[in-house]
Amino acid sequence: MKGWMGKSRVLFLFGIMLLTLTGCGLPNLTALEPKGEGADVIYDLMMLSVIIMVVVGVIVMALYFFVLIRYRQKEDNQDYIPKQTEGNKFLELLWTVVPILLLIVLAVPTVQKTFMLADTTPAEEDKEDAVTIEVTGKQYWWHYNYNGLEVQASQDLYIPTGERVYLKLAASDVIHSFWVPSISGKMDTNPGTGNVNEMWINAYEEGVYYGKCAELCGPSHSLMSFKVVAVSPEEFDQWVEEMKNVNPDATPESESAQAGKELFNSKGCIACHAIGSSPAAAGPNLTNFGSRVKIAGILDNNKQNLIDWLQHPEEIKPGNKMTGKYGNTDADNPLTSEEAEQLSDYLLQLNPTEITPEDAEAQ
Amino acid sequence: MSTATAQKKGFGATLWDYLTTVDHKKIAILYLVAGGIFFLAGGLEAMLIRIQLAVPDNDFVSAGLYNQLITMHGTTMIFLAAMPLIFALMNIAVPLQIGARDVAFPFLNSLGFWLFFFGGVLLNVSWFTGGAPDAGWTAYAPLSTTSPGHGVDYYVMGLQISGAGTLIGGINFLVTIVNMRAPGMTYMRMPLFTWTAFVTSVLILFAFPALTVGLFLMMFDRMFGANFFDPQMGGNHVIWEHLFWIFGHPEVYILVLPIFGLFSDIISTFSKKRLFGYSAMVFAVVLIGFLGFMVWAHHMFTTGLGPVANSIFAIATMAIAVPTGIKIFNWIFTMWGGSIRMTTPMLWTVAFIPSFTLGGFGGVMLAAAAADYQYHDTYFVVAHFHYVIVGGVVFGVFAGLHYWWPKFFGTMLSEKLGKLAFWPFFIGFHLTFFIQHFLGLMGMPRRYWKFLPNQDLDLGNLVSTIGAFLMAIGAVIFLINVIVTSVKGEKVSGDPWDGRTLEWSIPSPPPFYNFTQTPLVRGLDPLWIEKRQGNGKMTPAEPLGDIHMPNNSFIPFVMSLGLFIAGFGFIYQVDDKNWLIVGIAGMLITLGSMFVRSVKDDLGYHIHKEDLEKGAGSE
Repeated sequence: MKGWMGKSRVLFLFGIMLLTLTGCGLPNLTALEPKGEGADVIYDLMMLSVIIMVVVGVIVMALYFFVLIRYRQKEDNQDYIPKQTEGNKFLELLWTVVPILLLIVLAVPTVQKTFMLADTTPAEEDKEDAVTIEVTGKQYWWHYNYNGLEVQASQDLYIPTGERVYLKLAASDVIHSFWVPSISGKMDTNPGTGNVNEMWINAYEEGVYYGKCAELCGPSHSLMSFKVVAVSPEEFDQWVEEMKNVNPDATPESESAQAGKELFNSKGCIACHAIGSSPAAAGPNLTNFGSRVKIAGILDNNKQNLIDWLQHPEEIKPGNKMTGKYGNTDADNPLTSEEAEQLSDYLLQLNPTEITPEDAEAQ
Repeated sequence: MSTATAQKKGFGATLWDYLTTVDHKKIAILYLVAGGIFFLAGGLEAMLIRIQLAVPDNDFVSAGLYNQLITMHGTTMIFLAAMPLIFALMNIAVPLQIGARDVAFPFLNSLGFWLFFFGGVLLNVSWFTGGAPDAGWTAYAPLSTTSPGHGVDYYVMGLQISGAGTLIGGINFLVTIVNMRAPGMTYMRMPLFTWTAFVTSVLILFAFPALTVGLFLMMFDRMFGANFFDPQMGGNHVIWEHLFWIFGHPEVYILVLPIFGLFSDIISTFSKKRLFGYSAMVFAVVLIGFLGFMVWAHHMFTTGLGPVANSIFAIATMAIAVPTGIKIFNWIFTMWGGSIRMTTPMLWTVAFIPSFTLGGFGGVMLAAAAADYQYHDTYFVVAHFHYVIVGGVVFGVFAGLHYWWPKFFGTMLSEKLGKLAFWPFFIGFHLTFFIQHFLGLMGMPRRYWKFLPNQDLDLGNLVSTIGAFLMAIGAVIFLINVIVTSVKGEKVSGDPWDGRTLEWSIPSPPPFYNFTQTPLVRGLDPLWIEKRQGNGKMTPAEPLGDIHMPNNSFIPFVMSLGLFIAGFGFIYQVDDKNWLIVGIAGMLITLGSMFVRSVKDDLGYHIHKEDLEKGAGSE
């Protein structure tokens, strides 16, 4: 018996140690450090349920260990026949009623908060200014159409801080799920027009928050990351203006980038990738590609990574829709190094806004 | 796993015997062996998953293969390992516990097994024919309906065939428990395991048709150009989610309820006490079974059903905690004042209580719909359902196998090795899954092929992988135990555990007709009553007489084989219509065997009284 208890105690201590070591996760990713209203509301509910569970757990475990230690068969008393108790009405009633009461304590705020999080109608006085964004999940990236603002963007979702931003969520192929753990809970994006979901997100402070796809959507499900870039309302307005007035045909400065622009057209990139506020979105909108936090959602934004991505998209993101779409080039070697470099130069100079993720992060 | 008598018979004869048997005890062994093999396959898949996730940005398996692994791990463990292992326990124990000579429909029992078996084999053939299904065990449309290749076709056909087997098995146990109880075995005297087998059979009867319907619709979408789940064509993929979970949630209770019953029997036996609050326990099981059908949409809180539906399903889900709590307290109070023997079955049972309680806590947390928006589809959920299914069902299967091994094979698994297997499995289990609750909240969604570095997810995943290896070690020690025990082949008495219920009143392994004379049941725990108040033996309820037995039959095997062949025909007719010939040929084999079964009289045979007296009734 001693060894048995000893082992569980060691296990318990080991568990606690591990938790301290791992902490609560990466800030701006973990749901355990809420940075937005939704995540905050949910965190409170979570803690309430944890407290209730811990109380119940302590009682159950106390009884459990007491019984196991106290009523273990004794070496010298193996023929002992215990009393054959049938039950006890009072106890039965007790452990039926008390859990019901505890569950009511949990159920009331649950219902309250479920309705609160589902309330996607802006208050009357905010109706004019409320930002509504149509979010579309696609294999394996995200597109954002800012309703009424004539702005299209992909991957990095810019939002103003300190207000509820309303999202209309849909998908163009299979089900995805939009999740920014440190700001809010998740919501599925359903394909078709019949099951559009609505939610709101509200980031307290400026920052770049991790977003992930949370519904299995194919081989690169785990690589369908995105970012939420929360900036102050003034900066957001400035960003909108800058994005709206982008000239998609602007001639780049460097020669290499100019050549890249030619390639962008001749290789057929332009067939899927819009630059500017065109709503076409077969591929990610590249208007502000130069300031993207990540390339393809996962690689650090630098030239070498971009070249790798352009040359070997299938290796980096299996099952993506860009592989094999570079016009009539050799399938094994779709772009020469020179071409990839020129294209990269072109894409990385697409940086029309003064408001960038660095601003948000610097806060 | 051959018994002494089988060895005398030679391999061919033994094989033929098992292919044609309708004896519930041999079918239990078939379920055990098949379920065990699939459990190993599913376990191997789990190990590959954990190796892939041991370190960030790992390329141990490719993204496509990874999705096949998670899909097959889930599908195999639920449908092809847990279900048959539960059926193995139900087959070995239920007829014996109610004093019956066999199940109500021995032929159907065999058919149920072979359908499950061929369905499972069909599903696993996909590994060798271009790729296993890869849309998750939940196979959400449109990912499943648009998945390239034939993987998901195998999923649809394999589960359809094995699901038919499960449905048949469920109906069989319902009829058996309603009709075949020995005199005096009233409903409220049935052992808890039989009670839970009964409720589980009701759940199977009502839940599996939903899966059947869903799979048919998906079959038509994938193979015959229908668009039930295609939103672009006016279909609606959310219907699949509903159908799947209307089946899928009761399925969890289908698996875990018999285990509740088993633990009740074990706790009572090894505490030397009558089950505390027997009627409350029965009531709780029935209530859990009933509520189990009212909560399916808690798997769909983030689908967008709206706050009204979410709230209703949240509260219904929380309600299940009440009967489950009743059970936990009654188990503890059965041990209270008892004389607890820490045998291997009891060790697994005692480990189950805190493990399953933690699983239940996770369940209540998940039930809070608003909070579920964070938990949903993350490792929190993965942690929760492994706590329930491993901490409940797998612990239970281990407990049940140790407990009933004498009834299966007439031998006893080594207690020493049993405990040696327990510790690494138990510690490994908590190491693997407890930390996953936190991984989920720290931002790791489930079904992730890889997690990227620098997201503070590395340590948790590594710990989880180490735990998985410990579990594997435990499972291997259990296998060694099985091998050592069968090589030694030491026979044990009919009642090695000082049991309380009818299965311990007959020899181990029982003769093929179970009870020479049907016993008279005088109350709950009938054998215990006789031990305390009588001569320690069951009083017969009938004079010694001829016993009517069913004949063995090869037809169930052929019938299932036909559907197995037809499955290939349906899958490949998508590429080439000529394959329809194979489909039709397979169906003809099945229908032909059904025809033969219908027109050929098979009246069984009698074991004569004189033979029983001589004891020559045994094989």
